[in-house]
Amino acid sequence: MASTEIARQAGEGARAVPLAGHVGFDSMPDQLVNKSVNHGFCFNILCVGETGLGKSTLMDTLFNTKFEGEPTQHNQPGVTLKSNTYELQESNVRLKLTVVNTVGFGDQINKEDSYKSIVEFIDAQFEAYLQEELKIKRTLHSYHDTRIHACLYFIAPTGHSLKSLDLVTMKKLDSKVNIIPIVAKSDAISKSELAKFKIKITSELVSNGVQIYQFPTDDESVAEINSTMNSHLPFAVVGSTEEVKIGNKMVKARQYPWGTVQVENENHCDFVKLREMLIRVNMEDLREQTHTRHYELYRRCKLEEMGFKDTDPDSKPFSLQETYEAKRNEFMGELQKKEEEMRQMFVQRVKEKEAELKEAEKELHEKFDRLKKLHQDEKKKVEDKRKSLDDELNMFKQKKTAAELLQNQAQQAGGSTTLKRDKERKK
Amino acid sequence: MFTFGPQQPKNLEGYVGFANLPNQVYRKSVKRGFEFTLMVVGESGLGKSTLINSLFLTDLYSPEYPGPSHRVKKTVQVEQSKVLVKEGGVQLLLTIVDTPGFGDAVDNSNCWQPVIDYIDSKFEDYLNAESRVNRRLMPDSRVLCCLYFIAPSGHGLKPLDIEFMKRLHEKVNIIPLIAKADTMTPEECQLFKKQIMKEIQDHKIRVYEFPETDDEEEMKMVKRIKDRLPLAVVGSNTIIEVNGKRVRGRQYPWGVAEVENGEHCDFTILRNMLIRTHMQDLKDVTNNVHYENYRSRKLAAVTYNGGDGSKSKGQLTKAETSDDMSPLAQMEEERRDHVSKMKKMEQEMEQVFEMKVKEKLQKLRDSEAELQRRHEQMKKNLDAQHRELEERRRQHEEEKGSWEGQQRILEQQKLDASK
Repeated sequence: MASTEIARQAGEGARAVPLAGHVGFDSMPDQLVNKSVNHGFCFNILCVGETGLGKSTLMDTLFNTKFEGEPTQHNQPGVTLKSNTYELQESNVRLKLTVVNTVGFGDQINKEDSYKSIVEFIDAQFEAYLQEELKIKRTLHSYHDTRIHACLYFIAPTGHSLKSLDLVTMKKLDSKVNIIPIVAKSDAISKSELAKFKIKITSELVSNGVQIYQFPTDDESVAEINSTMNSHLPFAVVGSTEEVKIGNKMVKARQYPWGTVQVENENHCDFVKLREMLIRVNMEDLREQTHTRHYELYRRCKLEEMGFKDTDPDSKPFSLQETYEAKRNEFMGELQKKEEEMRQMFVQRVKEKEAELKEAEKELHEKFDRLKKLHQDEKKKVEDKRKSLDDELNMFKQKKTAAELLQNQAQQAGGSTTLKRDKERKK
Repeated sequence: MFTFGPQQPKNLEGYVGFANLPNQVYRKSVKRGFEFTLMVVGESGLGKSTLINSLFLTDLYSPEYPGPSHRVKKTVQVEQSKVLVKEGGVQLLLTIVDTPGFGDAVDNSNCWQPVIDYIDSKFEDYLNAESRVNRRLMPDSRVLCCLYFIAPSGHGLKPLDIEFMKRLHEKVNIIPLIAKADTMTPEECQLFKKQIMKEIQDHKIRVYEFPETDDEEEMKMVKRIKDRLPLAVVGSNTIIEVNGKRVRGRQYPWGVAEVENGEHCDFTILRNMLIRTHMQDLKDVTNNVHYENYRSRKLAAVTYNGGDGSKSKGQLTKAETSDDMSPLAQMEEERRDHVSKMKKMEQEMEQVFEMKVKEKLQKLRDSEAELQRRHEQMKKNLDAQHRELEERRRQHEEEKGSWEGQQRILEQQKLDASK
């Protein structure tokens, strides 16, 4: 008689009443399931791991099909993510599966920024969903959800411990996505080494505070199997799409001179466990955790970054409208301020330039005045010169006139004198 | 950097196991439990409470928890009763919202307003819960379905019925029911139904529509139901023995009207449709259509308000909003617009400024050149005058010289003559 979440929420205010017959709402889960099946499911897996750890092969093996892609080389300059979406169908269940692979992870000399493209990718999917959720006219029920539901982290089968790149990357990812660490190509490790390796890995994860995905144990129908599986983490897997005849069956296996590793043999590797947990038992829980935990965390951080709060300083809850209006007022105020600032700046410049120009004008005026004075001086000089010349000319003229007059008189007198002398001679 | 490939169908060569997903979903939904809010609207005495009790085979309204009809109301109230019922491991939190007093007054204008307010307030609660920064599991108290009870007059819809449905059909899934169907003969009922459906169509009222399915069987069933709309129902709290069977029914001197008998009334159809087959669809339509309409109207109002307030500053803000974005994205776009407009304005102002400065400088230069030219001119003039004076002086000197020469000769002659 476990109480459901609804019942817990109801609390007081709802009383339990007995039913006098079969009403029929026990078909609700079926109705819900029918709707989901009609709508189709979607699941997105991210595979993180160094080049050559068998990521693509494992995906092919898990989903019993050959996905796209050629093996990548080791010479990638940075980490990029390549994703492919496939539409799969099994009985009446349609699944839109997106497989995202990291290309070039671990190949660079300097791996400090390797985790960044992965984190950016995961955040971008959250952001896309958040934007859709915030739209005014939105279509959430037909939105193609691209958020990553599970991250398979491929650990290289060194047999010793985790690489520092692994620890750094997983630490950056553990609050954003459900991490399921797996030991890749585990047919390179012997059973005893593997046990030690698993213990070492788990203890390193714990001591570094990395939160990996735990299979849920709160639902009784799956609690037992999930808790057993939790103790087998990380899963040591082998992938293969080639088939070998064992007994009278064709099984997926890898053939070595010393024996054949059967993928689906639980003694050989944990592949079956991984498939069971990832797909058959907990797929829905992985989707739910992504939505209710990781996405909510991203959303909360993003909204807080943008300045949204749930309560004002007096602890009264904000309504959505108030929040948006406040934001909008702030925004408008900002724009106005910017406008004002720009105008002010221009006013300032104009003032400065005006002052400059006034200075130049003043200088020019002064120059003009100087030249004018100079010119006047020169003019005066010329005038003086002219005047003195005129005076001289006048004087000369006077002198000349006076001299001529004298001469005339003298001549006349001389003439008369001459006449007198002549007359005297004659006498 | 990441690239998305195209979607391709793939064939599986072997059992993978995700066909188990539906079971996982089933499990989780049972664990979560379900909730459903149902509203009943109609005049007093139409048998609403009895119908609810019959639908859910329980005494929702009992002597301890009397139904609203037993309490006298002066104005229209909206009351909710919450019960928790369990069946086959599935828990359902059922909320029945009743509207006592509806249509009972002499003047019933606006008696639908409390109903509209209630529905809107539930949408508002959900919207606020959905928009919080810290979101918990959100209780969903939105009204998923409204059963509207039509009095069995036999003559078509009353003006109040039409008015109510017109105002509510875009806020909630309306399922019109003919109450107390045992007061009409099948033929009368048939006519009445036709009349009602015609009036509903004429007034363009959109009642809840059953979704189309690809399944042929289902479609046949849906068609059968559609032909019998609106459903005529009878409810009963008493169990009577008929032909050895214990059934719910109403005992008359002339026989027993059985609630669950398909030939007597459409109750079974209603129950099957409401609870057993279409409960999820009612939820979906409410969530995807009615709630989204409310939300987009509410949010559009927010942005329009903001837009109007800034008109005073004029040209620099975008007046239209695009519904395809969140209000925040709109603000982002407005910001970008504003930045580019400011840039343009700045450029223009810069241009004007430069031009004016150039003009002024040019003027200054021209003045200076003019000044220079005049000065040159003046200088030339003065020089010419100087030269002229020099020339005159020279001539004068010459003249003077020659005259003085002459004078000296004359003097000399005179001197010679007087010897």
